[in-house]
Amino acid sequence: MTVGVLAVQGAFAEMEAYWRAKGADVFEIRQRADLSRGMDLLALPGGESTVQGKLLKDLGLFDPIKSAIDGGLSVFATCAGLILLAEKVEDGGERSVRPERWFGILPVAVRRNAYGRQLGSFTARGTFDGTPDVPMTFIRAPAISAIFSPDVEVLSTFDGHPTAVRWRNITAFTWHPELHIG
Amino acid sequence: MAWKTYLMKEETKKMSDRQKLNRNLAQMLKGGVIMDVTTPEQAKIAEAAGACAVMALERIPADIRAAGGVSRMSDPAMIKGIQEAVSIPVMAKCRIGHIAEARILEAIEIDYIDESEVLSPADDTRHIDKTKFAVPFVCGARDLGEALRRIGEGATMIRTKGEPGTGDVVQAVRHMRKMQSEIRRVASLREDELYEAAKELAAPLDLVRFVHANGKLPVVNFAAGGVATPADAALMMELGAEGVFVGSGIFKSGDPAKRAAAIVQAVTNWQDSRLLAKLSENLGPAMVGINAEEIETIMEERGK
Repeated sequence: MTVGVLAVQGAFAEMEAYWRAKGADVFEIRQRADLSRGMDLLALPGGESTVQGKLLKDLGLFDPIKSAIDGGLSVFATCAGLILLAEKVEDGGERSVRPERWFGILPVAVRRNAYGRQLGSFTARGTFDGTPDVPMTFIRAPAISAIFSPDVEVLSTFDGHPTAVRWRNITAFTWHPELHIG
Repeated sequence: MAWKTYLMKEETKKMSDRQKLNRNLAQMLKGGVIMDVTTPEQAKIAEAAGACAVMALERIPADIRAAGGVSRMSDPAMIKGIQEAVSIPVMAKCRIGHIAEARILEAIEIDYIDESEVLSPADDTRHIDKTKFAVPFVCGARDLGEALRRIGEGATMIRTKGEPGTGDVVQAVRHMRKMQSEIRRVASLREDELYEAAKELAAPLDLVRFVHANGKLPVVNFAAGGVATPADAALMMELGAEGVFVGSGIFKSGDPAKRAAAIVQAVTNWQDSRLLAKLSENLGPAMVGINAEEIETIMEERGK
């Protein structure tokens, strides 16, 4: 299996290690030419969603990646990656977030920085997709605040709120499975 | 707000977990640019240009240098104004060894404290015991020993010191090269030579062992001090930085928004020289800068 990891900003090295540990061939996507490599899965890592969204636009990656996802390319997205994919992004207060920076594909709403600033970051253990006691790390994490389609499958929850979902070709997390390798 | 109830979870109160979470936040900042800002307007320009975090301070290092006198933590009201203005992480500086300033920054829920040589040191021998704080710290270092001492004290992110406020990248280059070459040397040692290496570096043995086994620092390592152009940023990435702090270089230049966006792209695609050439075009005047050897106040000497 070949995995393309979006490597414009954030924890892409951790995401690469995560997929290598699963035996995948991994390459980095930093500019448009990298997309010609072809992949079985696109991994969108954690980081700052505003930065990643802007770089996707500036580097000409946004449109080809959006059409590939719309065309059925499998996607594995964590934290900032989930925010990039969400149909609706909620943001408290007057914030300079640019809606044109989001793909807007996954039929959920996310609330950015839902648990507050870094002092609100935390770890937990829970059931993920039937597997119990999975370690989950939430770093300035978003929350999935609404689900807009009955086809969205909830894979994990925390305190009653969904924290990972699957919909068609997309699996997306508010937490960071790539921070727990092995 | 309901989400906040999670904070009361017993396990998050353990400091070792906080240290891990704080290292994790630095991992999320990698490949990014952290920009010094002095007003909410500048913070918004920085965020729109693609900054992965901002450093809120009353005066940028070049102006601190020009003004002279004692330089202290910024007014918390000013920092809160910047926290309100942007959604990206907000950092702020406290003086080296100034435990009370750090407590104040923690109380306003800053995302990262920079215990920084840019401000006047409050303690000329000791740094803050950062393991006693829930909030994360980044510290400057000129070599591997300094980096590991700061990590031993609880820093969860390291940056080179460089010589701030000069626009001269020479010291950042010297510090990053020295750190990387010392890391390579430690990695090449026999295990029974690590005790002597820890003694020479004046660094905790367990951290020297980590460097030996992994060939890198146990925390994220950024470049800082004198970065003024996309080429400077690309140079620091080439030398092993995982991201870049830009202090005076952006808002002391002719077209801050354009320069900031160009530096952000340069950090992502530092290996693509054709793109770097394009990014370097028509940026307007860079900060004038001063040569690091012409200055009188040597900030990098503060706090070893």
